[in-house]
Amino acid sequence: MIAFNKYYNHFNLFSSILVIVSLILLTFKGLNFGIDFKGGTLIELRSSDSKVNVSSLRDKFSQMNLGDVSVKKFGNDTDFLIKFENKDDKKNIIEEIKANLENSYGNNFNFRRVENVGPKVSEELLKSGVIAISLSLAAMLFYIWIRFEWQFSLGAILALFHDVIVTLGVFSLFSFEINLSIIAAVLTIVGYSMNDTVVIFDRVRENLRKYSDIKIFELTNISINETLSRTIITSATTLLALLAIYFFGGEILKGFSLAMILGVVFGTYSSIYIANTVLVRLRVSQRTVLREDDNK
Amino acid sequence: MLYFSKLRILFISIFSFLFILIASSNLFKAGDSFFNKKINLGLDLQGGSYLLLEIDNKPVIEQKLQNFTTILRNYFKDKDIKINNIKIINQNIFFNVLDKNKQVVIDVFEDENSDINPYYPRFKSHQLIIEDVGLNFKVSFTKQGLIALKTSSQDQAIEIVRRRIDEVGTNEPNILKRGNNRILVELPGLDDPMRIKSLLGKTANLTFRFVTNNDDSFGVDKLKYEDGVEEAYVSKRIIISGDNLLDAQPKMDTQTNQTIVSFSLDRVGAKRFGKATSNGIGRQLAIVLDGKIISAPVIRDTIASGSGQISGGFTFQSATDLALLLRSGALPAPLNIIEERTVGPDLGQDSINAGIIALAIGFLLVIIFMFVKYKIFGLITNITLIINLFILLGILTLFEATLTLPGIAGIILTVGMAVDANVLIFERIKEELKDEKNNILAFDSGYTKSRTAIIDANITTLLAAVILFFMGSGPVKGFSVTLGVGIFTTLFSVYFIARLLTSIYVSKNKNKEKLIQ
Repeated sequence: MIAFNKYYNHFNLFSSILVIVSLILLTFKGLNFGIDFKGGTLIELRSSDSKVNVSSLRDKFSQMNLGDVSVKKFGNDTDFLIKFENKDDKKNIIEEIKANLENSYGNNFNFRRVENVGPKVSEELLKSGVIAISLSLAAMLFYIWIRFEWQFSLGAILALFHDVIVTLGVFSLFSFEINLSIIAAVLTIVGYSMNDTVVIFDRVRENLRKYSDIKIFELTNISINETLSRTIITSATTLLALLAIYFFGGEILKGFSLAMILGVVFGTYSSIYIANTVLVRLRVSQRTVLREDDNK
Repeated sequence: MLYFSKLRILFISIFSFLFILIASSNLFKAGDSFFNKKINLGLDLQGGSYLLLEIDNKPVIEQKLQNFTTILRNYFKDKDIKINNIKIINQNIFFNVLDKNKQVVIDVFEDENSDINPYYPRFKSHQLIIEDVGLNFKVSFTKQGLIALKTSSQDQAIEIVRRRIDEVGTNEPNILKRGNNRILVELPGLDDPMRIKSLLGKTANLTFRFVTNNDDSFGVDKLKYEDGVEEAYVSKRIIISGDNLLDAQPKMDTQTNQTIVSFSLDRVGAKRFGKATSNGIGRQLAIVLDGKIISAPVIRDTIASGSGQISGGFTFQSATDLALLLRSGALPAPLNIIEERTVGPDLGQDSINAGIIALAIGFLLVIIFMFVKYKIFGLITNITLIINLFILLGILTLFEATLTLPGIAGIILTVGMAVDANVLIFERIKEELKDEKNNILAFDSGYTKSRTAIIDANITTLLAAVILFFMGSGPVKGFSVTLGVGIFTTLFSVYFIARLLTSIYVSKNKNKEKLIQ
């Protein structure tokens, strides 16, 4: 049996620091919103001319009077991702760019993807993204509230917030782009984190009923160990699937799978080191679950 | 828990086999398949254009109010009430009447059978609301009145949009209403939406009006030519409009070698056009499209045939487009493209390939992992997983769901998470076997005791998927569909298929020690 409970305090401190640092990052550095949420134009270009590179493209685009343009390599050496705000909302901007590029480089470009999101739409998408995440948190809160005693609910919710905040914190730290698929990833993380916590809690509650003489400090450790191989196997298979998406699923899914990978890692960690420690700190005992049983 | 009746086994086998059949129908080309349903590929996978159009209703509202001022004047004139100082400011009509008439006017507006102010009994609201603001009356649209107006202009606009897109002839366009002032257009397979965008960007409001010399502001518009430089004064009186057109076609004028658009008029239009051309010989007739003069030829002869032509320095392409716009009719209001997403066909194909490779590799990794970890029970899990995948694809086929790139990610994720239920069961059985020497009893209680955890785990994921389905848009919605459907297929395959296989194995090895490791 591994003594997870030996490190409860250490990891509580560690997590608190993680959350605080993440919150500071989110407040002061903020998130790098993609065009879905900020509005603007995105172009994915493929060049058949190997001489075209990021800096020459950047020069070219900065001459086109598009405002702040970002040019990046996308996946391999011939693919580029160009983003700009399109503040004046010019209608034929893509045609202008096409003509402009053709003038200087010849007809060597394939416009693989063009996205243009107006300010009104991006505002709505951001709003519905925030609503979706809040709604899912509320739904989990409600579910856990009807399933468990309040001490458990608090533990699960803290773990949940921890996972979401820290994942977003990492995205802020590395300025990874936040787009629609990241919202999907965050929602899935919420589901996964809850799932992981609930499995351990289920066991804690069962053990609470079974043993009256074991203190919660020990009892959580027993429960964690009993469910440990399940926790590891499920995390492992989920991570294997996600790694396959990350490495082979193409550039477009990179951000999504990365967010999910982070979420699964944090989710697994937090079910052990956050959710359970809340039970210990609230001095949950056999009485907590038996009282509930009486009420039923 | 471990007992299965013959009937149940038969049912499970048939069900699984059926879905394997349905899922594999996607591998055949349409037509020679035994089953004609298929999974739709999203625009991100097959390539195509997604356009979200917003109707700019402001001109419609202003036009309606403008028309209403005439109705208002005439209606009260018949009642011997004079409407004074009528003007429109910020989508409100202001006017005043003599004090003694005030109540009469209010009564007319608030009467449920009002002749000039329609009443919507369903919403208990009039179209317009009248307020007494000191010296003036203020008339404006009610909330319901605005909604009715927007809905009707959306109905008209979507019809015109459909006609224009059909004329261009893209395959299976998807044109849908969104809210009460938006139209969503999906054009699969279209990698350059420029032409459609330019066609949808024009209102195509065509009028024929006389050019005049006097520049008094009332009854005359000062309009620019297409070149944006020259200007002319054009009468507000419309001789004929786009509504009077029966047909329009691009043609080559054999005499001048110019590309022109020839048109034919309906009976009313032909009559008016004939009259105008006979009265106005020597005058210039301006052909105005969306507030700009295309050309203003001098009338040389009476045209009684009801057909004519428009010249204006067209290329063949621009003449074709103008003819198309005129044939399909004018939009009730300008449309703005507020969101556009176009994916080229080769990127789509790349995404499909990447998705399939990721799925294959993810699947393989999970299968190897499970086999190494659980041996024979890993094999059972893997068989279950494969059937699970087929059932998932089968359901997506059955409902002709749209598969997107995030949708494929959802399937891969389902593969990763689907083993969770089996793992929970197997781990529980292992624990039970520590105290319980009877294999069958241990398996039985393993299944029973792990159930709450499994249900909890799946409900939480399902909640997330459902919320995403209702809040998400486009490709992300596809993710929620595969993730959500995956939960049900996983539960089915775990509790029927895996349990059936387990029960067969366990009853054959009742007395084997250390059955599961």
